[in-house]
Amino acid sequence: MSSLAAPATLPGSSSPAPASTSASADRSRSVFPWLLLAPFLLLVLVFTIVPLFGATVLSTQQTFGPGTSRFVGLSNFRGVLSDPLFWTAFKNTFVFTLGSVCVQLPLALCFAMLLNQPGIRGKTFFRLILFSPVLVGVVYVAMIFFVLFQKRTGLINQLLAGILPSWDVGFAWLDQYIMLALILATLWQYMGFNMVYFLAALQNVPKELNEAAKMDGANWWKRFRHVTLPAITPVGSFVVLLSIIGSFQVFELPFLLLQGSTGVDNKGLTIVGYLYQTGFQSGDLGYASAIGWTIAIVLAVCAGLQRLLSAGSEVSRGGKVARGGGAK
Amino acid sequence: MKPRAIATYCIVVPACIVIALPLVWLLIASLKSSEDFFTSPFLPRGDGFLGIAWDRLTLDNFRNLLSKTGFARSLLASSLLASVTATLATLICAAAGYALARLHFRGKRGVTWLVLACLIIPGPLLLSPGFQVLYHLSLLDTFMGLILPAIGPAFGVYLFRQATVSSVPPELLEAARMDGCSEFRIFWRVALPLLQPMIAAFMLITFLSVWNNFINPQVVLQSAEKFPLAVMIAQLKDVYSQDYGLMMAGTMLSILPVAGLFMLLQRDFVAGLTSGAVKG
Repeated sequence: MSSLAAPATLPGSSSPAPASTSASADRSRSVFPWLLLAPFLLLVLVFTIVPLFGATVLSTQQTFGPGTSRFVGLSNFRGVLSDPLFWTAFKNTFVFTLGSVCVQLPLALCFAMLLNQPGIRGKTFFRLILFSPVLVGVVYVAMIFFVLFQKRTGLINQLLAGILPSWDVGFAWLDQYIMLALILATLWQYMGFNMVYFLAALQNVPKELNEAAKMDGANWWKRFRHVTLPAITPVGSFVVLLSIIGSFQVFELPFLLLQGSTGVDNKGLTIVGYLYQTGFQSGDLGYASAIGWTIAIVLAVCAGLQRLLSAGSEVSRGGKVARGGGAK
Repeated sequence: MKPRAIATYCIVVPACIVIALPLVWLLIASLKSSEDFFTSPFLPRGDGFLGIAWDRLTLDNFRNLLSKTGFARSLLASSLLASVTATLATLICAAAGYALARLHFRGKRGVTWLVLACLIIPGPLLLSPGFQVLYHLSLLDTFMGLILPAIGPAFGVYLFRQATVSSVPPELLEAARMDGCSEFRIFWRVALPLLQPMIAAFMLITFLSVWNNFINPQVVLQSAEKFPLAVMIAQLKDVYSQDYGLMMAGTMLSILPVAGLFMLLQRDFVAGLTSGAVKG
């Protein structure tokens, strides 16, 4: 306690000559930033940089638990790329990512625009309800949906059978259609969360421009396409990237819904699920690290593509303007 | 009312019902006996008010949860882990973020790049080697093994850097320096109070993410008496696989405290979540 308080009281209590005060003040000014950064840097070193280095070393080893290992060169990576289970996991994860991004984000934008209209009462209440599932942790989402998705007794099949008489109450959400079940459960959990991002982005849409477009007789679609969309693109592309990154790392929900298994015919196996299985159930941390690097590379490519695409669209728009200017 | 507003309500109200349905169902399920669990999708029918057998609802599931399982101990573990991690992470990230935003020193660019680089490293990549690091530091199966890796998130440093840039004016810091304030006092007494909205938001976000985290305690902890709620509730499914009422009561009680807290503080929470996106 006293050692913590000491630095704050020291400069006031000791009173050396004026010249040396300014020198010591200078010194403290150059040391102080590093004092503030030290805990963060130390933690990053131990828990990010060392493991990152470790992931590189590990990926060239075959391990049997955390204590023993054998150097195998690049054969883990060759193993991963020719591993049919890895490709099954990749395909499942890709389907899930595509499904969640393409269903969830347009819906989230839709609800954000609905709630952003003037003259709607109870906006705060609606926003709170739609947002609330994000507060429910993935374990609890899995507990709830595990019961809701059951074949005959589950509420979802019963409700669907009530609405559509032809619906089969034995619909096997958790066996044959696990990816569909995952997409729906994730939609429930994160739609409102993404809606909040889009709501924030919609505040950047210039009102005057929208009014002017209306005056000029631009219809709803034209105003959306040429006024709203460009204004929300910076946040929008960020949300798309975040969604892709998050969806690509899906693991806990299928792991919990399938009670630790990978489902019928491995239909519920995801890439991170496979990483967990090899690393922590079979004990080969080396092979797991090679899978980890593969994920990192895929996500880096996605992030790079996103930058390239957004930069490309700006360039082409700029190019058009320049050409238009040249023609005049 | 305008037709456009009516059309909006026609879409938004059903959507809210669909979103709220699983949570309403959960609340009712936790109050039902095992006999009623599958015979009625929602409240059991009977002769009571509104044609519902209110007297068939029971608190037995909650009693069993507290007496048969380690719920109370796990609740304590979760509260401890979440509050300690949230407090330390906020202090460490606020200090680092402030330094990167407002102080001048050699190597600042390098550290800023490091923060941005850490942001793009996917978590699963560090899962196995992180486990090895904890093994070598003898931190497996300890709370420290969960707290230490979680209190220096680059994401938090980035958020506090952005917050400092937008809400701590450099002139104010310069004025305090002129008055002979020590650098520590300037940070503690001038900058931190101005960062208070971000501090609230970030503490909430961190608390929630630790409370809901499953994979880290699942990998790091081995002894059942240390399990936080997320791991303990997930295991109810293996141990009491037929007692759905008990599982739903456990789920209900695990969500309720944090969800309640966040409903109360939702303004701060939402502002904090979106600030990084909007300003970045």
